[in-house]
Amino acid sequence: MNTEFINTERTLVTALTASLDTDAAAIVALRSRLTERAEREDLVDVAYRVVDSPIGPLLVAASSTGLVRVAFESEGHDAVLDRLAGQISPRIMRMPARTDDVARQLDEYFAGRRHEFDLPLDLQLVSGFRRTVISHLPDIAYGSTASYKTVAAMAGNPTAVRAVGSACSHNPVPVVVPCHRVVRSDGSIGNYLGGVDAKAALIALESAA
Amino acid sequence: MSLPPFEAVVDEYGTMVMRVCRAVLGADAAAEDAWSETFISALRAYPDLRPDSNVRAWLVTIAHRRAIDQIRARNRAPLPTEHPPEHAASDHAGDHLAVDDDLRSALNALPMKQRHAVAYRYLADLSYADIGLLLDCSEAAARRSAADGIAALRSLDLYETRSNSRRDSAS
Repeated sequence: MNTEFINTERTLVTALTASLDTDAAAIVALRSRLTERAEREDLVDVAYRVVDSPIGPLLVAASSTGLVRVAFESEGHDAVLDRLAGQISPRIMRMPARTDDVARQLDEYFAGRRHEFDLPLDLQLVSGFRRTVISHLPDIAYGSTASYKTVAAMAGNPTAVRAVGSACSHNPVPVVVPCHRVVRSDGSIGNYLGGVDAKAALIALESAA
Repeated sequence: MSLPPFEAVVDEYGTMVMRVCRAVLGADAAAEDAWSETFISALRAYPDLRPDSNVRAWLVTIAHRRAIDQIRARNRAPLPTEHPPEHAASDHAGDHLAVDDDLRSALNALPMKQRHAVAYRYLADLSYADIGLLLDCSEAAARRSAADGIAALRSLDLYETRSNSRRDSAS
């Protein structure tokens, strides 16, 4: 224990600050009420949470339209949120309620119990041909793969193989929109934003189920 | 450059805003209401804030107004007996020290302007120029109010006895 005479400005300010501190649990409760009210009053433009998965923690973010971003840990979740603040809106809050559905469906997917995601998507972060490619990826069935060339044909531009690779690497909602099912024509696995190991793990998960 | 996600603003300033609300309002229930209203108002206005703004000063300005709302609501309350005690008892009695009571009672006893000036200077780290704008007085008058308030609290000659861990968490 310290006993100290509060007779300097510094010790007084320290003691005053301590006397006004709230315990951590009270702040947590206040923040949770703030989040609920913000959601009720439609003040949250992007809601997010982090979901644990076999390929590492995934950041999931939803706009009022739908799921807008899934990010791997290697991308830096804070950096992704900072970018979303500029791209969509800085009214970003950690709010489990709006992201409950995606969290539950991801859990089911990683447990092998879900083969298709049933979620509203918000693809505002991609446009043009990339968006066309991404909107075709769910056509590749669970447990199967397609070559970049095949996907180029599905997207209506059979020669745009390289553009398909670029679209897949810019998929804002990986795992949920299965760019991991797109592989090279020679059967090798190709690149993946979340790392080649994660891509191989997802393909293995789907072929085991 | 863009504004940080609002969640990061609550992370960074939530505790400071709560100290300010408790210092200005005394009663803990009113302070919690002012804290919630501050962050809801801030969230509503946030997209219009200029990215190079002083977020700390902006939040304290909002907290100042929301605290005044609480004081007005308290003055309008129909039954004086329903007023919370000026310094409501803390829920966490184990962590509750006599010196905290003494300090908060003394803070509540200060003239309103001194209490505001002390809170905004020493708890929120605002400049005297910003405090003058908030309290509608000159920078020099803001400095004088804060100094008078601190002098009054120092004259209490309190002894502080607390564990090291508590001191660390408070610093």
